[in-house]
Amino acid sequence: MHINGVKIEDTFAEAFGMWGSRLIVTGDDLGWARTAAEAATGFATSIIGCGCEAGTNDLAPGELTPDGRPGVAALVFTTSRKNMEAQLLQRVGQAVMTSATSACYDGLAAEEKVKVGGKLRYFGDGFQRSKLLDGRRLWRVPVMDGEFVVEESFGVVQAVGGGNFFMMADSLTAALAAAQAAVAAMRAVPGAIMPFPGGVVRSGSKVSSRYKGQHVSSNTPYCPTLRGQEDSALREGENAVLEIVVDGLSEAAVAEAMRAGIAAACLPGVTRISAGNYGGSLGRFHFALRELVGT
Amino acid sequence: MGCIACAALVLDGAGVTLARKESSSIPVEADSICPDRFVGLGPTEIAALPVYYGRRKVTLGDLFEVEGAGAANVTVSGDLKAVKKIGQGMSMGRVTVTGDVGPHLGASMTGGEIVVQGNAGDWVGAHMSGGRIVVQGDAGHFVGAAYSGEPRGVRGGTIIVGGNAGREVGARMRRGLIVVLGDTGEFAGAGMLAGSVFVGGRLGGRPGAGMKRGTIVAFGEAPELLPTFRYACSYRPVFLRCYLQSLEASGLIASPGLPDGEFRRYVGDMNSGGRGEVLIRDQSQ
Repeated sequence: MHINGVKIEDTFAEAFGMWGSRLIVTGDDLGWARTAAEAATGFATSIIGCGCEAGTNDLAPGELTPDGRPGVAALVFTTSRKNMEAQLLQRVGQAVMTSATSACYDGLAAEEKVKVGGKLRYFGDGFQRSKLLDGRRLWRVPVMDGEFVVEESFGVVQAVGGGNFFMMADSLTAALAAAQAAVAAMRAVPGAIMPFPGGVVRSGSKVSSRYKGQHVSSNTPYCPTLRGQEDSALREGENAVLEIVVDGLSEAAVAEAMRAGIAAACLPGVTRISAGNYGGSLGRFHFALRELVGT
Repeated sequence: MGCIACAALVLDGAGVTLARKESSSIPVEADSICPDRFVGLGPTEIAALPVYYGRRKVTLGDLFEVEGAGAANVTVSGDLKAVKKIGQGMSMGRVTVTGDVGPHLGASMTGGEIVVQGNAGDWVGAHMSGGRIVVQGDAGHFVGAAYSGEPRGVRGGTIIVGGNAGREVGARMRRGLIVVLGDTGEFAGAGMLAGSVFVGGRLGGRPGAGMKRGTIVAFGEAPELLPTFRYACSYRPVFLRCYLQSLEASGLIASPGLPDGEFRRYVGDMNSGGRGEVLIRDQSQ
């Protein structure tokens, strides 16, 4: 199968079950809301080294924030509910609460909850106040620019992490253009985020290493500079590979993001689109590339 | 009892309609007009429910024409100025009152909704702990207040008064929201323990006297506060925007409704610990 002359390989991305939360971060203007949300989702590229994967998402068209101010959604993914609470406590506490004019609300209508504002409130040193509005408890924590409003608890749902695809190109310029086009298209999909910087990852990994104690290492078959030294998965004329990893609040969100991204990435200079998997034995969710773009 | 023609009733879908047969200033204790009491009953059984007409125990059917069945929608009409305790203790369903209604409307209710297309007497929503009361006209004194001798009043739910309200709105309330879009009398939020009282018009004198915690917001003109309140700052309370957004989104107040912006925050009452607040909107905006 080809799209715009770009080969779509007959393979699939293998993704895993995770837990996801959606935060609505607001500010006096969109710039401050985005600053807070991006700070909260910074250093959250990979579950292996960061404790969670996270990114920002524009609000759905017409979606109002609880306080009516400009806002951004922040999606956070972890391997367990317990980890989610720890991550949200750190990230909301250290990055959102500290950001000028910010407020933070639960953006998921989920039955399962983790307590965030209910613990961060103690920063108020006894002067915190709560308001119960429409069944949701909001904490007002006094801060130096007024009050930080944070919701007592945040919903957590079973989610999907690790959807992915690779773009092989004849040059870094072509690979970058394809990746940026893909990320732009994928950002329009609600409930999905690309956790790596700019939505793109260049340091793909394999689950092995020649060093003791090192569990993952550079994905050497896809490193163009090693062609000739190592077994290479690259074909003649392929000089750069970039990967996009997708996490979503649902399987459908990941599938839609991958579909949109692959379709947008088929630009001149791109030779192939492929995906990473472990033979299908580890991850519960399989996203066959040709089925995605064929729909 | 002489009969007079009652107002025509219009219902959305199935429900019970109760039309007062005659006008009278004799108090009627009508706590049986409550959706919870109507569950599973037909019009005959509903008409047999007891009410007090002055000192006399009579039936609903003696005072009201009863039609329909079902507890979800109850409409009450006619001269109800002396009819007390409609919706008292209700936990579900909707009661619509066409015209003015007497005191203790929705007292101690825990759920459901009451809409009054007119004015209401004293003690609207006293001791309620859930649900919603909307009075489109004016309300009397003690809206959402605690009965005399009771340490705490409203423990939840929402009361919206479209017009003015009398004194002691939300006195000793523990939780919940009371919004008066017009003016209030004296001592709004007196002795409050928590919860919120919003006043769209002129806030009466001595608001929050003796309040321990809770929030009183004056969107309009406000009196000089008691000396036991201290000025804290001028700021834009984000939590208030959440309330206004929620009220507008649910259609309880028109949009744009109450204005947000800069508020002067006073803390007090220092005689009672000083953990309450009165927010007064800066009128220069």
